[in-house]
Amino acid sequence: MKFAIVVHGAPYSSEACLSSLKFARAVLDSGHSINRVFFYHDGVHTANDLIAPPQDEAPVSEQWQTFGSENNIELIACIASCLRRGILDETEAGRYDKSGCNLAPGFTISGLGQLIDASINADRIVTFGV
Amino acid sequence: MSSILYVFSRPPHGSINAQEGLDALLMGAAFTQCSVLFLGGGLMQLIKGQVPDQLGTKNFSLGFGALKDYGVARIACSKPDLIGYGLSRDDFLIEVEALDATDMQALIQDHDKVLNF
Repeated sequence: MKFAIVVHGAPYSSEACLSSLKFARAVLDSGHSINRVFFYHDGVHTANDLIAPPQDEAPVSEQWQTFGSENNIELIACIASCLRRGILDETEAGRYDKSGCNLAPGFTISGLGQLIDASINADRIVTFGV
Repeated sequence: MSSILYVFSRPPHGSINAQEGLDALLMGAAFTQCSVLFLGGGLMQLIKGQVPDQLGTKNFSLGFGALKDYGVARIACSKPDLIGYGLSRDDFLIEVEALDATDMQALIQDHDKVLNF
């Protein structure tokens, strides 16, 4: 079965970010597939490359990056949510004349159409953090 | 084509979730068949005469007027929540069906996917 995963919660503020990662791993371990992970609302904070948690706490953002690259799964952060919350790639930082960019490797900034496309094409869509 | 039911259950101005939910609904309606169900505090998103400028937030509720033009098939709310919040459908900006628990269950079952906001 093909799953799409939507993450609405920010790392450390909400458990959604970590539970969704655990769920995503369980999906693959059970022999299913994931067509896309879409980060929306505060979930886009997961894509912040400047997160520097204490050493004894889970580096959730890095864990997502590793999961995405090892399994070749798209990690999409919603552009409107990112811009509001200061998550910028090089292009957006240039467009809005900001002093730096901070999108973590492995994440892509894209539009809401990616959420709709993932919803339409997955067998199941599971949202974390409402 | 997959149909999507959007469930809006957050009040409008305490967080941006409601506004971002409406954005997602309008985007979805451009691609596929969509409906929306308002639950709990989400019913407050529909109340007429919101003046959130005084809070420094955007009056996105005006966007609900566009739902029909975007082809949103059904616009519904929970009848028990309508009563619970002391509201009537006349308080709303747009025409909304009020559904009891059985009809809400049927609405959810009628859709392939559910997105919660």
